[in-house]
Amino acid sequence: MIRGAIHSTESFGSVDGPGIRFLIFLKGCKMRCRYCHNVDTWDPHSNDLRTADELLEQAQRYRSYWGKEGGITVSGGEPLLQIDFLLDLFQKAKALGINTVIDTAGQPFTKEEPFFSKFEELMRYTDLLLMDIKHIDPEEHKKLTGQPNDNILELFRYLSDIDKPIWIRHVLVPGITDDDGYLHRTRDFIATLRNVKKIEVLPYHAMGEYKWNELGIPYSLKGVESPSAQRVKHAECILRGESDIVGK
Amino acid sequence: MKQEWRSFKGSHWTDDVNVRDFIQNNYTPYDGDQSFLEGPTEATNKLWAKVQELQKQERAKNGVLDMETKVVSGINAYGPAYIDSDTRDLEKVVGLQTDKPLKRAFMPYGGIRMAEEACTTYGYTPDPELHKIFTEYHKTHNQAVFDAYTPEMKKARHNKIITGLPDTYGRGRIVGDYRRVALYGIDFLIEKKKEDLAYCGSGIMTDDIIRQREELSDQIRALKQMKEMAAGYGFDISKPASNAKEAVQWLYFGYLAAIRSQNGAAMSVGRVSTFLDIYIDRDLKEGTLTEKEAQELIDHLVLKLRMVKFARIPSYNQLFSGDPVWATLETAGLGMDGRHMVTKNDYRFLHTLENMGPAPEPNLTVLYSSKLPENYKKYAAYISVKTSSIQYENDDVMRPIWGDDYSICCCVSATQTGKEMQFFGARANLAKCLLYAINGGIDEKSGDQVGPAYKPVTSDVLDYDDVMAKYDVMMDWLAGLYVNVLNLIQYMHDKYYYEAAEMALIDTDVRRTFATGIAGFSHVVDSLSAIKYAKVTPVRNENGVAVDFKIEGDFPRYGNDDDRADEIAVWLLKTFMKKLRKYHTYRNSEPTTSILTITSNVVYGKNTGTLPDGRPAWTPLAPGANPSYGAEKNGLLASLNSVAKLPYEYALDGISNTQTVNPGALGHTEEEQTETLVHVLDGYFDRGAHHLNVNVFGVEKLKDAMEHPEKPEYANFTIRVSGYAVKFIDLTREQQLDVIARTCHDRI
Repeated sequence: MIRGAIHSTESFGSVDGPGIRFLIFLKGCKMRCRYCHNVDTWDPHSNDLRTADELLEQAQRYRSYWGKEGGITVSGGEPLLQIDFLLDLFQKAKALGINTVIDTAGQPFTKEEPFFSKFEELMRYTDLLLMDIKHIDPEEHKKLTGQPNDNILELFRYLSDIDKPIWIRHVLVPGITDDDGYLHRTRDFIATLRNVKKIEVLPYHAMGEYKWNELGIPYSLKGVESPSAQRVKHAECILRGESDIVGK
Repeated sequence: MKQEWRSFKGSHWTDDVNVRDFIQNNYTPYDGDQSFLEGPTEATNKLWAKVQELQKQERAKNGVLDMETKVVSGINAYGPAYIDSDTRDLEKVVGLQTDKPLKRAFMPYGGIRMAEEACTTYGYTPDPELHKIFTEYHKTHNQAVFDAYTPEMKKARHNKIITGLPDTYGRGRIVGDYRRVALYGIDFLIEKKKEDLAYCGSGIMTDDIIRQREELSDQIRALKQMKEMAAGYGFDISKPASNAKEAVQWLYFGYLAAIRSQNGAAMSVGRVSTFLDIYIDRDLKEGTLTEKEAQELIDHLVLKLRMVKFARIPSYNQLFSGDPVWATLETAGLGMDGRHMVTKNDYRFLHTLENMGPAPEPNLTVLYSSKLPENYKKYAAYISVKTSSIQYENDDVMRPIWGDDYSICCCVSATQTGKEMQFFGARANLAKCLLYAINGGIDEKSGDQVGPAYKPVTSDVLDYDDVMAKYDVMMDWLAGLYVNVLNLIQYMHDKYYYEAAEMALIDTDVRRTFATGIAGFSHVVDSLSAIKYAKVTPVRNENGVAVDFKIEGDFPRYGNDDDRADEIAVWLLKTFMKKLRKYHTYRNSEPTTSILTITSNVVYGKNTGTLPDGRPAWTPLAPGANPSYGAEKNGLLASLNSVAKLPYEYALDGISNTQTVNPGALGHTEEEQTETLVHVLDGYFDRGAHHLNVNVFGVEKLKDAMEHPEKPEYANFTIRVSGYAVKFIDLTREQQLDVIARTCHDRI
């Protein structure tokens, strides 16, 4: 029986997919996003190993809260790093009629085998993906996350081709991702996709900083403030291709 | 049919007093949304501005605007009075408790010392003549109780293992069926009570019959006094109300009689919303009332309920912080026939929180079921998100027990309206009892032998079976003592501070419940879990009393949906309830219990030593049935699931749960937040849970309000605490800190 390397679970998630959701955070991520607020999930090693059945048994304790829309969301860390486990989990979840969402940065995606066949199958059991274009510019992406973005953009195009619904959640970091030029380029890319159901801009916050300190990793965004509500609204308008009613 | 009853349907209610039958035959369920609601009228704005100004003055004067020092309160102690003589004509609902708005009456029957202390605390000097009257010529409830207490009872009370007892204040929690005044008029009610008196007993004068006859005469007298009171305001309430305005006014006069004659810890208004809608609906159809005027009537009734005040002593305020009166008022619910009971009026009452802003009183309660109309659920959730001022109780668990015409008589306890009364009895501290079991009945604070000198635990490491055996017998002792203390208190309250006005509006053949309560619930559960699953070593002082506990290893805690801990919680509730049931209860009342501690958790905690779950000595206990602070590690729903496992059937007096959620954790937009909250409520109550207080704000707002209470935005900032709502700035700093320390479910 395959086991997932778990970071933690949360019974009440209301902003990570539609309705109320049971959240499963998996361990391991190869991105090194400078604003990451879950650095403690980078390390793939975990003492908490659980089977799909165990997790689903726990998740279903909250089924009465889910209504018609809710379900489970697997986040992380990077869930796609544990794609074999994810397949098992979602296949079983679907058999139970549970709505499934993956919150992914897309970094492990490749059209190479054996990954791609597994991913294709996984999409059969997946209702929605929560994704982010961390940075539209390849160089800036590398600076921000330590990883290239070409395969990530390829994932977006693939999901659009198979018409798999996604939400785009873009983290707005002052001085890094809030440049209008980049935002417009991101918008141009989003405009080519036909599967985008929702676009949200999440303001950067420093609430994860203490975890960097705890782990002794230097935090490079020290002193960066959260963007104003107006900036967030402005960015949202650009990414949604709406005229900016708030003004510049 | 009488002219006042024109177009009303049904027949049973016309011959006998049967308000439920009237409602079921005449109400109109409403499935639409809130778009019909109207904003405040100019009159409402003016009056509310005046009252807010008075409230501001009240706060500036240490929380009391004015006090009576000469006149003993009673139904007709004062003539008619208004918020302001200039705006007298604007008041659609009239009547004040005393001769001035927010002035607190002098009520000595519960205890003259308390009435005097309430005055002197705020710089008022009561007339010495009153002291003489109520010590030399007339006995009070408090005096009578202390005359009869045994030394053991006094000791248990002094050491706070039983605490918050209504021996120094009115027991309250009796909801007169104030609707009866509107539907029948006073004359019919007097006639019916006279009939009861005529049929009371066979002529053989047993204690019961003598007491019943005397009480009936008191009730009839109170009814006559209500008529006089109303006449002073220019209304003849001997006949039924003939339109909506009169119905609201008649009903309020009934309630006014109660709050002029009693200062009970809870003075609920009851389930009046659907009832009043029938009158409003008739007027709307007859074209004699507009929606704007209908809303104004409800706004003005609520305005009056926001003004109810009682003179309290500092020790009372410590227990029940923030000056609450529990003018509890219900909306929604389902009928026994399956129809929902949401009417337009159920919207109007919640809408008062928009028209006049948030407020702690009346204690607005939604009788919830996932089967209520979606529109109403969403509106209530929206009001919660906006104001944090309402609470939810599960109609699906209460209806099978209390029917479809129950009221909430305190913070969360149900009572059949007009059919039932309750003997309120505060709390037994089961956490302290656990320490008594470990320490052989010696109080950990005073060092006195308070409980029986059973064998203490002497082992180095606490053994689960050993502790459980000792806890079991110590709880037996406590249950017995507690019930008997309450028997004595209720006997004296009936004798010296009888609630004639409220009882006059309740059936003579009344069902009585005997409400006990549990304090320290979550800490006992976690302590027993620690003893069972971890290694707990007591640290004893020179007298062998355990004053600290060393805990090694991890253990499951209540509040994480972990059956290992939650099973202990269910066991504890069932066990204590079964023990209570063994004892005789006064006037053959039915014993119930509750897990709700209001803000008294702070005071109870102050008198409770270190517990085996690691809670430090003299710190607040978790309130109500809430998990302990910091125990919840798996989020809101896991916590709710734990509480939902407690069987309501064993805690018919209520299981209160208060949760605070950051708006961002409910969703990004107001619409998302509202929908998420509806899902939470549906899910929680479908699992059989009883009650939920919902606060929607972040800790930052609380901290800012504590530091800057003068900011206008905080003047009416209302939060839900265990079982009621308070203005946050009216809490003591200690209690503010306690509220801030409680778990806030934030976005992860």
